[in-house]
Amino acid sequence: MYSGRKMHVDGPLLMGVLALCVLGLVLIFSASGENWNLMWRQGIRLLLSLGVMLAAAQIPPEVVRRLSPHIFIGGLLILGLVLVAGYVGKGAQRWLDLGLFRFQPSELMKLGVPMAVAWLLTRRAIPPRFLDVLGAILIIALPALLVVVQPDLGTAIMLVVSGLLVLFLGGIRWQHLLMLIGAAVAAAPYLWAQLHNYQQQRILTMFDPWSDPLGSGYHAIQSMIAIGSAGLAGKGWLAGSQSHLEFIPERSTDFIFAVFAEEFGLVGVVALVTLYVFLVGRCLVMAYHVREVFSRLLIGGLALTFFFYFFVNAAMVAGMLPVVGVPLPLVSYGGTSMLTLMAAFGIMMGAYTRRGLMT
Amino acid sequence: MSQLLQNRQKFYPRRHWFCFAVMLLGFMGLFARAFQVQVLESSQLRSEGEIRQIRTLPVKPVRGVITDRQGEILAVSTPLDAITADPRELRKAGPDLERLAAALKIPLNQINSKIDLPANKKFVYLRRHLPPDKAQQIQQLGIRGVTTQREYGRYYPAGTLVGHIVGFTDIDDHGQEGVERSFDNHLSGVEGQKRVLIDARHRVVEDIESVRSVHHGRKLNLSLDLRIQAAMRRHIRKAVLQNQAAGGSAVMLNCRTGEVLAMVNFPDFNPNDRADITAGNFKNRAVTDVFEPGSTIKPFTLSLALAKGVFTPDSRIMTGPGVHYVGGRRIQDVRDYGDLSFSEVLIKSSNIGAAKVALEMAPKELYDTLSAVGFGHTTGIELPGEQSGLLVNRERPVDHAWLSFGYGLSATLVQLARAYGVFATEGMLVPVTIRRETKTQAGIRVLPADVARQITLMLERVVSEGTATRAVVPHYRVAGKTGTVHKIKPGGGYEKDRYRSLIAGFAPVSDPRFVLVVMIDDPKGGKHFGGEVAAPAFGNIMADALRLHRVAPDAPESTLEIAARRGGLATDA
Repeated sequence: MYSGRKMHVDGPLLMGVLALCVLGLVLIFSASGENWNLMWRQGIRLLLSLGVMLAAAQIPPEVVRRLSPHIFIGGLLILGLVLVAGYVGKGAQRWLDLGLFRFQPSELMKLGVPMAVAWLLTRRAIPPRFLDVLGAILIIALPALLVVVQPDLGTAIMLVVSGLLVLFLGGIRWQHLLMLIGAAVAAAPYLWAQLHNYQQQRILTMFDPWSDPLGSGYHAIQSMIAIGSAGLAGKGWLAGSQSHLEFIPERSTDFIFAVFAEEFGLVGVVALVTLYVFLVGRCLVMAYHVREVFSRLLIGGLALTFFFYFFVNAAMVAGMLPVVGVPLPLVSYGGTSMLTLMAAFGIMMGAYTRRGLMT
Repeated sequence: MSQLLQNRQKFYPRRHWFCFAVMLLGFMGLFARAFQVQVLESSQLRSEGEIRQIRTLPVKPVRGVITDRQGEILAVSTPLDAITADPRELRKAGPDLERLAAALKIPLNQINSKIDLPANKKFVYLRRHLPPDKAQQIQQLGIRGVTTQREYGRYYPAGTLVGHIVGFTDIDDHGQEGVERSFDNHLSGVEGQKRVLIDARHRVVEDIESVRSVHHGRKLNLSLDLRIQAAMRRHIRKAVLQNQAAGGSAVMLNCRTGEVLAMVNFPDFNPNDRADITAGNFKNRAVTDVFEPGSTIKPFTLSLALAKGVFTPDSRIMTGPGVHYVGGRRIQDVRDYGDLSFSEVLIKSSNIGAAKVALEMAPKELYDTLSAVGFGHTTGIELPGEQSGLLVNRERPVDHAWLSFGYGLSATLVQLARAYGVFATEGMLVPVTIRRETKTQAGIRVLPADVARQITLMLERVVSEGTATRAVVPHYRVAGKTGTVHKIKPGGGYEKDRYRSLIAGFAPVSDPRFVLVVMIDDPKGGKHFGGEVAAPAFGNIMADALRLHRVAPDAPESTLEIAARRGGLATDA
């Protein structure tokens, strides 16, 4: 072990997380047009989140398991509250105004949903029976629906995926899986019709963003120009023209990867992606070593969700996926997302460092 | 805890490996995409970026300054800004348009009509010629698609005084009238180009490089003397108003260099105020309008006779009984002058006398003389719209007779001034110019020097004892000739009682410096003779010019005495 058993911390994971967070600060400084104020706020959030991570790592997995349904129910209630009394920003009702800061409850459910699914599956022996699968679907669908109507399609998809990953790792039978896929395919046309016009447009223009460069293709094109014009070595920190001339939209948050790619080039992109590979790989290794099913499902599910998170954002910025509002995990400006991720890493560390106690 | 232990054995390692494999595949996909975008398509995307970030903007040259001969500024450009917009961007501005309209102080629907233009239009002017501080305020509203562009406005410090000569420019800085037009290439310079970096809101962030350097317009030094110009305008205005005339013009040349020292038309306009420009007042009538010069032509007729040796200054010519018929057409004088000497034909301005002198020579000879001193040809003064006038060789005796006293041909005021310069320079025709000349012009000889001198002495007597006594300038010897011409009816023929009053001359006679021509159009104040209407203005302008240029007086006492005795002294001095 790399770290002291008493602190319940995983050294390699902590190093990777810290590296990403520091990089995030450096990038936000550049993307915000060298705004110190923004930097400080993100720095304070980072310290707060680190504290939460260390605290979460001290909780035994059995306690986490018992808390899971309560966290889920609580999260569901808060999501309902957002719809009634939420703060409206950028055309969507996503935030709760807590006076000091604004809080995005849907982010919390990224933790709540996999926890609840893992909890449900481990109440009985796995593989899950059909009723358990239905229960898991309910656990996934309820918060996802509440988030979709905000509207926040990106986060809803993340919730669904995080739940399904736990279900998959939990040994869902292939016939059940095929039924789910069949149902999804059957529902697809209906779901498509439910999408907002701009969402449909974004999906369509993904295939050819240049068909509408000033409209729905604008984000993708500007971001690809930023990435592509960087070349191998990039334009250098604080020297990205696309970002500093404000051509990249949402450059401190969802499109911060484009800022990074423009300033640090292909070399930087390879390094960053490798860092994410390392983080997710480390988590999967941890999950593999844990012998207790709930923790194993949770670590595996959260790790893959984290990967999916990163992949969707990177692919969106690189023009491979439609533009959905998903931040770059641990790097983008924003508090709730970072807090949730850190708590997740804390839970993983706590479960991993206690893996020997079970046997 | 029992459930946990129970589940211990089942953990589906293959599904973990599957997920791990899918994840690695995803990362490979990202690497591949990064390679594609950042290496394969890099240069193409870089140029796409430049299309969005880099603009080539024109750099407007500063139009050259126009000054008078002493360096007094007559026209100068000052920096202003135009508010421009990309309609495609502006369409998305939404409620910002109202703020923009309010800031620009133009109605909202005017902006709307500009952005509703055909979809592919990328550039419109919203407002031109704003002071830079105002333009900066509008730029700071931060409305997308709205930018400023530097341009220059033209100001004319001397205003009305030189409006006809300097002219004016249009909103795009192109000369429209006057020397602004005729010297447009000299003044306007060559537009440059620069590359600039713009941000997503189309604001210019910084200049990158100069693509083509701008060549600013050159300075234009005019021959005008603003002091004489001011004096001339004052006296012409007074003459026009006192005689209730339709208008008046005057031209003064430096007879050695051919430079135009002053040129005035009344009514006039202020080039700083476009609303002040009407069809009637902006023409520089001294070069664009032609008229029959009348009796002012007689000295040229007589100079031909002297040059041919047919007459001497003392030859006798019978003009009685004041009426004479040529080819069946009646020619008459103001009254019966009886038997006159050759000189007296000019001093009394006898039409019959001039006709009888002319009829001793061939029509072609008179035509050639008038053509040689510049009638029928433009002077090349480099002012827009200059007319050449009309001079035709007609064989009919009556046409020949009429031509001898200035009917049947037309001329501009500046042509008449140049022609009188021939007497002042002892027979040389000097090119006329509106630009400052530093050296004396050689000119070409069109009259023998002794003939020019003889005519000059006769012209001096016209002022001292003839029809032009009101043109006398105290202490100076002045030569001049008046003319009173019936105006031509619009349908042909002559108006019975509508005239142009003329006088042409130069001073000082001993060493001529200034040629001056004055024309008062359609005086209705009861007087109409050139000697009564135009001569006083002539005397006053000449007096001011001589004084301003500190020309040494050359007048014998007797000129004054004679003038005073005849009661013709009507100057202000």
